[in-house]
Amino acid sequence: MDIKKILLIGNPNVGKSVIFSRLTGAKVIISNYPGTTVEFTQGYMKLGDATPAIIDAPGTYTLRPTTKAEEVSVRMLREGDVIVNVVDATNLERNLYLTLELLERDTPVVVALNIWDDAKHKGIEIDAEKLEKILGVPVIPTCGLTGEGIMELVRHIRKAKPKKRKPLDSAEKWKYIGTIIGEVQKLHHRHHTFLEILADLSVKPLTGIPVALLVLFFAFLTVRFIGESLIGYIFEPFFEAVWAPLMIRLSEFLGAGSFLNNILIGGIVDGKVDFGQSFGLLTTGLFVPFAMVLPYIVSFYFVLGILEDFGYLPRLAVLMDNLMHKLGLHGYAVIPMILGLGCNVPGALATRLLEGRREKFIAATLMAVAIPCMAQIAMITGLLGKRGGRYVALVFGVLFFLLIIKGVILNKLTKGKSPEILLEMPPYRLPQFRPVMRKLLIRITGFLREAVPYVLLGILFVNILYALRVIDFLSDVFSPVLRGIWGLPEEAIGALLIGFLRKDVAIGMLAPLNLTTKQLVIGSTVLAIYFPCIATFMVLIRELGLKDMLKSAIIMISTAIIVGGLLNFVLKF
Amino acid sequence: MIKNLTEMKIGDSGIVKELQGGMGFTERIRGMGIYPGKKIKKTGAHFWRGPVTVVVDSFQVAIGYGMASRVIVELEG
Repeated sequence: MDIKKILLIGNPNVGKSVIFSRLTGAKVIISNYPGTTVEFTQGYMKLGDATPAIIDAPGTYTLRPTTKAEEVSVRMLREGDVIVNVVDATNLERNLYLTLELLERDTPVVVALNIWDDAKHKGIEIDAEKLEKILGVPVIPTCGLTGEGIMELVRHIRKAKPKKRKPLDSAEKWKYIGTIIGEVQKLHHRHHTFLEILADLSVKPLTGIPVALLVLFFAFLTVRFIGESLIGYIFEPFFEAVWAPLMIRLSEFLGAGSFLNNILIGGIVDGKVDFGQSFGLLTTGLFVPFAMVLPYIVSFYFVLGILEDFGYLPRLAVLMDNLMHKLGLHGYAVIPMILGLGCNVPGALATRLLEGRREKFIAATLMAVAIPCMAQIAMITGLLGKRGGRYVALVFGVLFFLLIIKGVILNKLTKGKSPEILLEMPPYRLPQFRPVMRKLLIRITGFLREAVPYVLLGILFVNILYALRVIDFLSDVFSPVLRGIWGLPEEAIGALLIGFLRKDVAIGMLAPLNLTTKQLVIGSTVLAIYFPCIATFMVLIRELGLKDMLKSAIIMISTAIIVGGLLNFVLKF
Repeated sequence: MIKNLTEMKIGDSGIVKELQGGMGFTERIRGMGIYPGKKIKKTGAHFWRGPVTVVVDSFQVAIGYGMASRVIVELEG
């Protein structure tokens, strides 16, 4: 048989993505929580002379999907020539349900008995050969993290044959699984490990809430410390000491006032380059993404990666469940929110973990309005931080308050009720250095690839719009809102315009306007709320549909007008 | 003694007797490995009708209050 497409299917958090990256060498994000993969990823592997496609599908417990992410998997099933059913050896009983469902279909199945090493440590002994005999398809013990068993798995993919068992109803399946487990699995008693005790403590409310506060506090401190250190000791000194003189040299070479000089270097004040205000492609265009945003991207994703791999996020979700219900969501909606803090695009994609249209709408709208991405956070911190830390805190405080208020309102106004949480807690695992670094590298290259071109494009646009006097024209048109309601100078329209493209550049554009601290607070807040950047916008249209996105957009714009106006009215400094 | 998961005390364990609800609910919770005949232990409960956490086999699951009240358990001892 000609194998063109191989599908990786299994329960959530059983290590499908690890096996995928082992088979293909592709770089994918791997974490320790159910629902890391919400979209299918395609890669290719070598199989004899052929190079079939391999598809890493989101995890699903049954072939009866309850979320959008699970739907993706079930839909993919039709396309596979061979299914690699990844099974968690530490949870064999529950995993076998999906296996039995898969075996009733006419696609060949190979079972990868993954997390084999952990099962041994947990005192779970599985007779893989016996299981293979019972199921009638190859069962290969694997350990994705070390690569054990992967070669063996590949060998069996090549000669996989369809099984097509007699269909059983679900009660019969569970009964059958019971007898299988009785025959192939032995449990040895063993004491609870330190990590298990910790896992227990961090989900009970009395101990869990203090633990959560501690974790979040230290996460925040670490992100700040690493970010500030990178900026203060590496990136800023480099730009000031090495890059600035180079730019002055280049500027002299190009000639003051020349077109290229304006575009590449931008304005030079007193023979000095001002990386915050010059707005040339090679000055501000590189300084913003590399020296202002990148350091925080590195520190945020480093800390997030550790929390993800440790397995902490689902526990946080359970602790937050009550609060999130008030916002019309359930606890697991903290995942898109936390990912959104890094970048709203993966955050918007992760709304697929939620059950229905209502939850997706609420979560996406709340994120777009009240969760600034790390690029924005870094710029606001960098710019407003110079006026005093309390102003930075004020902006983020307002956004957080807005998240709660908006959630409560949307919960009341949107028809329906939020579904309840049903979530498996992964075991705690100590994060390993190499996987954490590998994941960090994927995310950093992702940022550089996505962000830098857009930042440069944004800066180019700024220059063109100014040159064509478009900004002057729009300033007049939007003056009533800008000056009248928000108390901002008309030129701030440039920032709002560029904000559609990149929020970090937009906030950077507030720098040369000589704003008062109050104006800077209002400008930063309004820029965070009024609309998502184009990349997020495109994903949201796809995920929500045009109608819901339109509703969401109206909410964003009106919120920005109201909140900006209120701040202008209330703030007295 | 027969109780539902929300009525059980933390630390109590027993055998799942019944899942009360429609196909959607029962299939989902069965998919998680919770079904009649299964040994289950309640390990935590959150305030204000928050989720209940249980251990089945070797893994921990968080179940929303409403769903938890529809999982009926025969207590041990």
